[in-house]
Amino acid sequence: MARQIFAYILHKDGVADDTALELVEAARRLDASAPVTALVLGTGADLDKVCQEVAATYKEVWKVDNAALSYPNAEVVRKVLVNLIPKGAIALVPHEHFGMDLSPGLSIKLDAAYAPDVVDISALEGDKLTLVRQEYSGQVSTHVACDLSAGAVITIRAGAFAPDESRSAGGTVTDKSPDAGDAGVAGRKFLEIIEAEVGDVDITKSEVLVSVGRGIEDQDNLEMINDLAKAMGADVSCSRPIVDAKWLEKARQVGTSGQTVKPKVYLALGISGSFQHMGGIKGNPFIVAVNKNAKAPIFQAADVGVVADILEFVPELAEKIAEMK
Amino acid sequence: MEILVCVKRVPDTSENEIEINSSGSDIQRDDLVYSVNEWDNYAVEEAIQIRDNVGGSVTVVTVGDDDAEEVLRREMAMGADKGVLLKDDAFEGSDGRGVAAIIKGEVEKGNYDLILTGAQADDGAGQVGGMLAAMLDMPFASLVNRIDVVDDKKINVGREIAGGNQEMNEMSLPCVLSIQTGINEPRYVGIRGIRKVASVEIPVKGAADLGVDAAVIGAANARVKRLDYFVPPAGEGAEMLEGGVDEIIEKLIDMLKSKGGIK
Ligand SMILES: Cc1cc2nc3c(=O)[nH]c(=O)nc-3n(C[C@H](O)[C@H](O)[C@H](O)COP(=O)(O)OP(=O)(O)OC[C@H]3O[C@@H](n4cnc5c(N)ncnc54)[C@H](O)[C@@H]3O)c2cc1C
Repeated sequence: MARQIFAYILHKDGVADDTALELVEAARRLDASAPVTALVLGTGADLDKVCQEVAATYKEVWKVDNAALSYPNAEVVRKVLVNLIPKGAIALVPHEHFGMDLSPGLSIKLDAAYAPDVVDISALEGDKLTLVRQEYSGQVSTHVACDLSAGAVITIRAGAFAPDESRSAGGTVTDKSPDAGDAGVAGRKFLEIIEAEVGDVDITKSEVLVSVGRGIEDQDNLEMINDLAKAMGADVSCSRPIVDAKWLEKARQVGTSGQTVKPKVYLALGISGSFQHMGGIKGNPFIVAVNKNAKAPIFQAADVGVVADILEFVPELAEKIAEMK
Repeated sequence: MEILVCVKRVPDTSENEIEINSSGSDIQRDDLVYSVNEWDNYAVEEAIQIRDNVGGSVTVVTVGDDDAEEVLRREMAMGADKGVLLKDDAFEGSDGRGVAAIIKGEVEKGNYDLILTGAQADDGAGQVGGMLAAMLDMPFASLVNRIDVVDDKKINVGREIAGGNQEMNEMSLPCVLSIQTGINEPRYVGIRGIRKVASVEIPVKGAADLGVDAAVIGAANARVKRLDYFVPPAGEGAEMLEGGVDEIIEKLIDMLKSKGGIK
């Protein structure tokens, strides 16, 4: 029997997420001969708009319209997907806050294998799929064998697969709402979204960012970062651990769960370069990384790198810049 | 409230650079400093705070070998009331589903209202909490960064979503939550605290004690298996500035100027 692949489409306000274009490519890389179906769940006119958009990329689009899906509560979505996805199929889901909420439980309910946060696909032999993942915040990679014989749920890292922008599928939309079954769940009810607090600077508008990570070691050392930013005329941003420690406000956090920034120049100081951090840097800025570990993943993404202890390097750099002015 | 927190002993990435051994079969484990998974530490702190507010107890559990006991003691020094080590040769090589099935055994033996895990651990999979909840048919929420206890049947839970926004949910108990960093400020554990719990007995439970389904645990039943570790061929990567510090700074300033990085 031919393998069937399903792609879960994230969408908001009637627009499909960029990952929709990446999952179709991941599916092709997984098994080019398998039919790929987009799953679009939601309600109303926005849902129809998304389905039309997605049909340009996927030959088959299954739509499920249900008022209970107006907000994607992962527990409700899971219940619907368990009714829709046939045994033995492969479900691809973006690996982000929703995919992480949905997918582990979905794999159990489908009695399928679960392969999370996949960044590449190496080989498929029979039912043995070889995938690439990362561990230790991207410091090392691993090949992982995934047994597809009972199907699989695979979450895909955003940006890992090239988007298919051809929009030439000319697909058809099928209304699967009647097959989706009862979407009611007990136990978890969505209440509201609380918007992030606005900080005293808007780093999304900054042209130059001096960004600090866990390598700064101590709150008192932030002073040298402020001095450098001042000398450069830059704003200060940071990675997540700095916000978790409450050393800087949340509004200064760059990354998938923080702000998306588009500076011209990004100076990353003592930041390892996790995908969640790098996911918040857009617009291809000139990235300079200073890190004491020559193997830190950030050096793969940066334009220019310096292997140094920031606690020594930053004050000297700040001083030289200040002198020069 | 009876709270179970699942914790894992992992190499401390802030203390170690992770390197691969010569055959690629594992990371280099000699000289590694281990600690409790960062996310789990927030989960234990949250559990302790809830217990201190509404009463009850906090139990920390781990699936591991004898070395794993040290993280249980650490979390007990933090304030957890009990530790349980789930250990059996049959557990070795289990995938995420296997680990969830093992912990399910412990949950079913107890009477827990709330089960917490870290959002993810060293392998970045973030799978055990969601799987455990599905196996137990309990409600689940991931990436939790706020818990408000409403009463003994209900809690309100904030989940972190994109852009620093927060998704609020009402959840009924018992339920499973995976905890995101930043939900609280985990308390410091000193050497004295660890000494205090050094002789507390930690029960060890195996597959038979837990009644674990033998068909899902161990390497033979893993549907997902790590084949090797490798370092991907370096891409173009950054242009590395070399030389003396003054030289590097001079080069860097020139570059920053030309890119508009100094105003
Ligand atoms: C769902 C989810 C969402 C997330 N969202 C975000 C997000 O939005 N933004 C974000 O940043 N993270 C996010 N994270 C966390 C992310 O996975 C990483 O844990 C985090 O980015 C690491 O921050 P860091 O690079 O500062 O710290 P680390 O990874 O600990 O790196 C510190 C670096 O500093 C270097 N260093 C140490 N001391 C020195 C020194 N003296 N001099 C020079 N270098 C030094 C080290 O070599 C290391 O490379 C998220 C995680 C999850 C699970």
